[in-house]
Amino acid sequence: MSDIPDRVRKIVVEHLGVEEDKVTESASFIDDLGADSLDTVELVMAFEEEFGIEIPDDAAETIQTFGDAVKFIKEAS
Amino acid sequence: MFDLTGKCALVTGASGGIGGSIARSLHAAGATVGLSGTREAPLQALADELGERAFVLPCNLSDPEAVAALPKQAAEAMGSVDILVNNAGITRDNLFMRMSDEEWQSVIDVNLTATFKLCKGVLRGMMKSRWGRIVNISSVVGATGNPGQGNYAAAKAGMVGMSKSLAYEVASRGITVNAVAPGFIETAMTDKLTDDQKAGIMGQIPAGRMGTPEEIAAAVLYLASPEASYVTGTTLHVNGGMAML
Repeated sequence: MSDIPDRVRKIVVEHLGVEEDKVTESASFIDDLGADSLDTVELVMAFEEEFGIEIPDDAAETIQTFGDAVKFIKEAS
Repeated sequence: MFDLTGKCALVTGASGGIGGSIARSLHAAGATVGLSGTREAPLQALADELGERAFVLPCNLSDPEAVAALPKQAAEAMGSVDILVNNAGITRDNLFMRMSDEEWQSVIDVNLTATFKLCKGVLRGMMKSRWGRIVNISSVVGATGNPGQGNYAAAKAGMVGMSKSLAYEVASRGITVNAVAPGFIETAMTDKLTDDQKAGIMGQIPAGRMGTPEEIAAAVLYLASPEASYVTGTTLHVNGGMAML
């Protein structure tokens, strides 16, 4: 449970090719980390697989930042 | 010439003339094939003929639940779906003024909506592997229109617009989405035409003959191949010159 932020950060770093220290709580995938809309879909797919959860489309749309992702995954897993 | 060794292809409508030929040609190029269709017997016969690397995946595309389940079944049977050929199609011809809502809807459901759902269902795997080929079988009628086929032409034109939109979205992930638009091909569907109708059609075809299922399969094989990696969002017309688009 406590390692969720690290695992999420690792996925984001690998997928978007950004520096780890850029992935802050409030970092927006699209505005700050250079993701396009398809990247965000792929990130959600990667989160689903890493944590064995299902993220419905309407929930996926609310995950805009690194902090949003960690919060959602903590609640879902 | 084209090598699809190690690739897994799902072909809908594989019990029909064109679909069977597409499955044979992908298989001959080394692909594993998932044969889908409503009638199990011809699918099984084709699988027996092909031998190894062939799986029978019966599916009624007018049943939304069956459509939703098919990509998963195909991936489980074959290991993945790297190539999707949406070939299945039905006709319910009628004059526009007489066409019932049911005739309209059933053709849209099977020819267009099922294609959308199957594309959606295979994309996740293709995105992950950064490689994919989707080939949607449209029709010359989708580009030219045809009296009595308002529903069919709408569905087939819809497939082209849908293919282009999807092609935009996934091109950066190594996935191509194209359409093949057959003209008049010798199949059970065109056998139903009267001699007069056939004579009328021949007059419009510069090649002076109907096409064969193998000629469609060759176009699909090309678009499914690694060699076609820079071709996406296009429609390859295979019609003997009857409509030069």
